[in-house]
Amino acid sequence: MSILLFAESQQGKLKKGSAELCSYGFALAQQQNSSLTIVTINCENTDELTQYGASKLINLNVDVNHFEVQAYASALAEITKTEQSKVIVISSSADAKYLGGVLAGKLKAGYVTNVVELPSTSEPLTIKHTVFSNKAFANTTLEGEVNIIGLGNNVHEVKTQSTSTDVHQQDIQTDIKCTQTSIEQSQGKVTIADADVVVSGGRGLKGPENWGLIEELADALGAATACSKPVSDMGWRPHSEHVGQTGKPVTTNLYIAVGISGAIQHLAGVNASKVKVVINTDPEAPFFKAADYGIVGDAFEVLPKLTEKLKART
Amino acid sequence: MKILVCISCVPDTTSKINFKDNDTVFDDQNVQFVINPNDEFGLTRAIWFKEKIGATVDVLHVGEASADSTLRKALAIGADKAIRIDIPATDAFVVADQISNYIQENPYDLIIAGRESIDYNGSMVPGMIAAKCDLAFVNTCVKLEIDGSTATATREMDGGMEVLRAELPLIIGSQKGLVEETDLRIPNMRGIMQARQKPLAVIPAIESSPKTAISSFEKPAPKAAVKLVPADDIDQLIDLLQNEAKVL
Repeated sequence: MSILLFAESQQGKLKKGSAELCSYGFALAQQQNSSLTIVTINCENTDELTQYGASKLINLNVDVNHFEVQAYASALAEITKTEQSKVIVISSSADAKYLGGVLAGKLKAGYVTNVVELPSTSEPLTIKHTVFSNKAFANTTLEGEVNIIGLGNNVHEVKTQSTSTDVHQQDIQTDIKCTQTSIEQSQGKVTIADADVVVSGGRGLKGPENWGLIEELADALGAATACSKPVSDMGWRPHSEHVGQTGKPVTTNLYIAVGISGAIQHLAGVNASKVKVVINTDPEAPFFKAADYGIVGDAFEVLPKLTEKLKART
Repeated sequence: MKILVCISCVPDTTSKINFKDNDTVFDDQNVQFVINPNDEFGLTRAIWFKEKIGATVDVLHVGEASADSTLRKALAIGADKAIRIDIPATDAFVVADQISNYIQENPYDLIIAGRESIDYNGSMVPGMIAAKCDLAFVNTCVKLEIDGSTATATREMDGGMEVLRAELPLIIGSQKGLVEETDLRIPNMRGIMQARQKPLAVIPAIESSPKTAISSFEKPAPKAAVKLVPADDIDQLIDLLQNEAKVL
């Protein structure tokens, strides 16, 4: 009856969000007077996961060489049944959102995504999550026999525990439906999903040839780069960098928007970031109303100075 | 090839979001409803298949009669037939149940549903259909080619792309990239006239019970005013980020 938590790994290595997810899972287990069981799939080294208070960790050895959604969902559905778990915790990564619906379908589970807090009631579970692209929150009651909580990014504090975790290995056979023919991972670049800081550029940068300014600032901060919708529509930057309502969501600690006016659709995608800094020549740009800090000024003058000072600092 | 595009009707992206009845119901007064953008990217790709390699394109909506005008728009931009399953879309599970039942009785080669709706942002309906109908599934799909009975689909991951191959039938979670923004179609007069003659079937729902229920909504707390820093005082900005916001 313990709470089951799926910690993701990629090419055998744990993903960065696992620490936050496991810390939430332990807090949830305590709140529900339950225990925490962490599940990994094809993870080479699970040592790091034993420090978050889980009583048990099960690494499933599934015979697939990539994240195959039906195989992963089948394996997790099976372990949910054998562990007799009623609550499953997953993240909000692209892979977790790929998996979550399939798992919920297989288990006929209640499922809620973009969760921002621990449940406010226990029987049934009521839980707060973002809706309308961060313009509002909903409190949703989970009424399934089994329920899945999809935790949002950057909403829970990382906390380690001193209790020990039993580690088990288990083989699971499943079928696959998709074969992977190629994969392209950006190497050595911080991704928007994993970044603590995102530096984002808009039309105010005037052209793709000026993106060096954004990249240098991002380098100085160890940040990921992103862009507004017009910039990706004009082909200055790839679609994968477009953040906003129809692009990627940003939930970082610090979001720096340069030359972005702040259309309502853009704000919807980035509002969940903790601190927003806006640099824009137009003092009337709507983004200033949604920002924490702002500089009314020319990006071409401000960015090089900011980059230089940040570099000097470290 | 038979293609089914699942369509959700959502408030236009510029809508102000408000609630009524003690913050328990979304207030749809003065809200313009549109095809969910992620569904529209998928629909546009489906119409491309119809025109380039030959296909029939049906659109399916689970919900009430208020969505019929949105379904007519889908017909006006090139879909052949619209189906509406007549039941309030109480939660994703109910919607997925209805769509899955329809697919099992009326098989399709390709099923397209947006990776998420921009209202409730659940991101769960395509995966639930994949599970219920035991279909190959590619989410956050940014490229799709069909060759005979084989599909090659590119999935956007966190920080990368992967190319997947699957045999039809397949379901994809569609999003921007599958077609460009400039490929989206605006209904023309001829399309609108034709759409009036195209079938819009309203069919009864199967029994299905929701697994979640929204009990209340909240708006985010109002934001404090922005702190402006002079453009020539970068040190002050760094100091604020470091010592006040504590994000550096």
